[in-house]
Amino acid sequence: MNLHDSIAEFLIRSARDVFSTMLGGELSGGEVTIETTASEPNDGVVSFIGIAGSWAGTGSLTCSPAMACRICAAMLMTEASSVDEDVLDAVAEITNMIIGSVKTDLEGELGPLGLSIPTVVFGRNFKTRSAGTTEWIHVRFLWDEDPLLIKMCLAPSEKPHSVHHGNPTCALEI
Amino acid sequence: MDSDILVVDDSAAIRKILTRVLRQTGMAIQTIHEAGDGQEALAVMAQHRIDLVLSDINMPKMDGLQLLASLKASPQWHSIPVVMITTEGGETKVAEAVRLGAAGYVRKPFTADQIKEKLVGILQPAPTL
Repeated sequence: MNLHDSIAEFLIRSARDVFSTMLGGELSGGEVTIETTASEPNDGVVSFIGIAGSWAGTGSLTCSPAMACRICAAMLMTEASSVDEDVLDAVAEITNMIIGSVKTDLEGELGPLGLSIPTVVFGRNFKTRSAGTTEWIHVRFLWDEDPLLIKMCLAPSEKPHSVHHGNPTCALEI
Repeated sequence: MDSDILVVDDSAAIRKILTRVLRQTGMAIQTIHEAGDGQEALAVMAQHRIDLVLSDINMPKMDGLQLLASLKASPQWHSIPVVMITTEGGETKVAEAVRLGAAGYVRKPFTADQIKEKLVGILQPAPTL
């Protein structure tokens, strides 16, 4: 199995586990694609977590505002009708758990890796890109009818650096 | 005597979940304090008598392992049990937490039963009437 296959398998397993354990939800789908072009403009909520070490990259979760509210409501057992601090925090933490679990799985093959603190963006018509990375592994899920995209890029570091908790190497274009 | 617990996590969502889970454990808990990072945690501990700390690892300013090291190096706080609750499941992080003196380690995502199981033997159950 190559690294892309491993990452896709880890993403699927981790996302389903986190949704089941923390949200009482079941993710269906799990279609895997490799994307090499820049992302289409996004509407909604996107969260990022940087990965650093001898390999570096970014993990990301993209969903609609309604899906983000649903994640928050299920996680905190409360009402969430609009995207507020609680909703953004819940999406960030779910992303942290999913990508953190994948990172732990990958450490068995790649050695120690570090995670950044999550960053969450909510808005309309924005693009994202990751500097120096050409290939993203996309995994598309459905939570009932709501689409959810989880993706990751990872490549060997040109200059292996110490693991830190800095910001992910992503840029935002609005 | 009922316990005071400090929950340390930069995610308000996780602090809320842990607070709810702790209230459901049946343990004898008086107050659950919260902090968003290690520095805030030390400030809370300077003002309250804390019996147990539940801490994330990846946090801004001062992370959970730095907090753990600070507590274990303190004559005042070294005996307070610290349970790490974190996405960091790698052997190196677990080994580091154990070496620094963590009383337990729970990986996120977690269930209420996993939290309760980890706290049995650390906290006293609430007295039955």
